[in-house]
Amino acid sequence: MMNSTVNEWTIQELEDKAIDIRKDLCTFIYRIGIAGHLGGELSMIDMAVALYYKYMNYDPKNPEMPERDRLILSKGHCAEALFTIYQDMGMYTMDYMVDHFETLETAKFSMHPNRKYVDAIEASTGSLGHGMPIATGLALGARMSNETWRTFCIIGDGELQEGTNWEAFMTAGHYQLGNLVAIIDKNDLQMSGPTNQTNSIDPLDEKMRAFGWEVIEVNGNDMGEVCGALESLPPSDPHIRRKPICIISNTTKGKGVSFMENVVAWHAGVLNKEDLEKAIESIENTRKVR
Amino acid sequence: MAVEVSLNFDQILSSAREVYGTELRKMADEGMEFAFVCSDNVAPSSEVGKLMKAYPDRCINVGIAEANQVGLSAGLALSGKVVFSQVFGPFLPLRAADQIHADIAYNDVPVRLIGTHAGVTSGGGPTHNAIADLSFYRAVPNLTVVCPADANQCAKVVRQSMNYPGPMIIRIARGAEPDVYADNDYEFEFGKSITIKEGSDLTLIGTGSSVYWSLKAAQKLEQYGIYARVIDMHTIKPFDEEAVLKAATETGCVITVEDQSINGGLGGAVAEIIAESNIPTKFKRIGLPDEFAVLGEPNDVYKYYGMDPDGIAKTVREFFNR
Repeated sequence: MMNSTVNEWTIQELEDKAIDIRKDLCTFIYRIGIAGHLGGELSMIDMAVALYYKYMNYDPKNPEMPERDRLILSKGHCAEALFTIYQDMGMYTMDYMVDHFETLETAKFSMHPNRKYVDAIEASTGSLGHGMPIATGLALGARMSNETWRTFCIIGDGELQEGTNWEAFMTAGHYQLGNLVAIIDKNDLQMSGPTNQTNSIDPLDEKMRAFGWEVIEVNGNDMGEVCGALESLPPSDPHIRRKPICIISNTTKGKGVSFMENVVAWHAGVLNKEDLEKAIESIENTRKVR
Repeated sequence: MAVEVSLNFDQILSSAREVYGTELRKMADEGMEFAFVCSDNVAPSSEVGKLMKAYPDRCINVGIAEANQVGLSAGLALSGKVVFSQVFGPFLPLRAADQIHADIAYNDVPVRLIGTHAGVTSGGGPTHNAIADLSFYRAVPNLTVVCPADANQCAKVVRQSMNYPGPMIIRIARGAEPDVYADNDYEFEFGKSITIKEGSDLTLIGTGSSVYWSLKAAQKLEQYGIYARVIDMHTIKPFDEEAVLKAATETGCVITVEDQSINGGLGGAVAEIIAESNIPTKFKRIGLPDEFAVLGEPNDVYKYYGMDPDGIAKTVREFFNR
């Protein structure tokens, strides 16, 4: 479990941490020199930071601790966002990640996460629509074993066009998996354009409620609202059957980098030195003056 | 290894689904920890249905959703369980191919996917036939693929799989099939085939139901002075290459028999080994041809395609001009 001082993170401290992680992420993408899925990574940073640094029962020194909360990244192409958090938490150095990024036999890190190479990764993902069935199985497993850990699953909004999500939503609702939290990173854009012009997933809140879920909707790039949602989660008790919780996290794709925000082309891309400098300056400008 | 085959294999029929259900129940009663998942494909009155009733907390029915079932089974395994997941065979590799590939095999989790209704045993026609599954499974890393020759062997596989690492596919027929083995007193090892009949003229290699057909064909062939070795190739992956090389060297003729497309399954595996071995060997594949199978009861379909014991024997005799 994270120690008590870490769990006393304030909203302001988490906001500053999210800014640091966004800058590190851009540096990481620049250093590996290949396309990262920056748009969707930047959109989910605030939620991921709040989870790892404050709300998940998680010890970076003991990533296989049996009672840890589990996080499944269904939008596996955004793995670099998690890797960046892991290096900040002290699990790896950035140099190590760069030196082991898609380096064939010595590789540990790549575009999509592999649980066998990175201890903190709970499930190898990449193919979209796979996280929710896996997370549902994990939550059922926790119930079967009378364990109180919680399962979180971060899903992209475009990804919801994959039918397996809805099969799993239906199952989790049916089994009333109160120990399961689905976080939909709703940045409203997918690779080829706006989600609502591609194959609309709205009204998402009504759909989720119809599938037996409790819905909390927040601005997922507002740390206060993110913390409010995670703070409101009831204790995870395997014996209590109640609706699973869906956090609709309304976000901005490319958040924090002005020239990437809401730009479809920044779904994925490489950063040159000039891009990086501009990106870091832009992210730093979002830091609140206190 | 001395293996006694059933002397009355025409008469003794057992259902792998029922026998493995009984075995799983025994294992649960003995205190073995595992989870079970199905997708609206277990009758409450069946042995597996009884297991689900006796152990409701560890048995999950996801309804008609095979892709979800396989992904969910991976999640259960990641939570620390050995998972038995019974899937309607034709839909396992077709509907849930991506989940088998990514969630089960790539994540390398101890899920035993039990695909029922192998080959054309469903009798439901091409939408309900499992004809390409072995071809697919063979190309997916990390999978162990087992086709038990009879119901009791299936029970052995299920029990032994508890202590076997990684993911496994267990492919079984729809209903009652003849017993191949007279008893359970033989050693079963994953990846190690069993020679159930010695012979010097040729080798018939079967897997799953076709082991019985091959044995029966071998018996018929003796009337014509043709002595066939019969191999139970119960594990399709990892494949017992050594047994094939030995058969090719010692008998000079190898014929494979499978309830699957002849493209890429057992026959494909054996062909690859022989082709790369430089051992001069006569070779033929018996199985479903590259077409959607004719509509009919399984035994009629087998007869139509020459996969039944008479058909196999006929093919062999033509090979030997006898």
